[in-house]
Amino acid sequence: MKRSNAPVFWLLFGAGGMLSALLGTMLVFITGLAVPLGWPLPSDLLSYPRMLALAQHAVGKGALFVVIALFAWHAAHRIFHSLHDLGIHAGTAARIACYGSALALTLVVGGALLSLGF
Amino acid sequence: MRRPAPARPYVRTMHRWWRRDPFFMRYMVREATAVAVAAYAVVLATGMVRLAQGEAAWNGWLNALQTPWSMALHLVLLLAFAVHTKSWFEIMPKTMPFIEVGGHRVAASTITRAGWGAALLASAVLFALAWGSRP
Repeated sequence: MKRSNAPVFWLLFGAGGMLSALLGTMLVFITGLAVPLGWPLPSDLLSYPRMLALAQHAVGKGALFVVIALFAWHAAHRIFHSLHDLGIHAGTAARIACYGSALALTLVVGGALLSLGF
Repeated sequence: MRRPAPARPYVRTMHRWWRRDPFFMRYMVREATAVAVAAYAVVLATGMVRLAQGEAAWNGWLNALQTPWSMALHLVLLLAFAVHTKSWFEIMPKTMPFIEVGGHRVAASTITRAGWGAALLASAVLFALAWGSRP
């Protein structure tokens, strides 16, 4: 019997959904509103030396990678399964577009983080 | 003998079917939050690439976040993420196995409230981390 790869994608969807449900709203608030406005967090919270230090630390690097990659896989899986509801045929092309985008984003982020070293 | 042509059966169109029922609307709004999650992942991924390209590139990304367009986008993202958090824990009792405590099944509303509580706590911890590490 051919094994299904569905559980893998479902697991990534579930993990990304949980992580984004727990932390996503506050992350958007911090990076997209609080820091750009300089209130209630200072603008230099995400200054270059500080972000570099975070991305070069093993824990920080791992956290950044996991958050971005899992968000991408969660969204890809959910969008793929919503296509039918919008009257779009969820075939191989749609599958490649959705999961391929998540894979590309994962590789780009992984590559960027690895190039920063430890 | 001529038989009358069969009447063409009425087929209801599927166009914008989710507008027919508030339940369908909530379902589609819930699913649409995935677009916000994808957009935010792209924003953050761009940031990581710019960080790897050096200080000038990173500062360019930070400056882009200060534009009114970015602020407006993040306000929409914030709302969508809040909807995602709310609905994620609303459907969680239906997607997870039953939990029993003392021979009684834990009520769906208890699981949902526990999830919302966990999200509030995680958000508070994340903000405290950012606040505590501020320069």
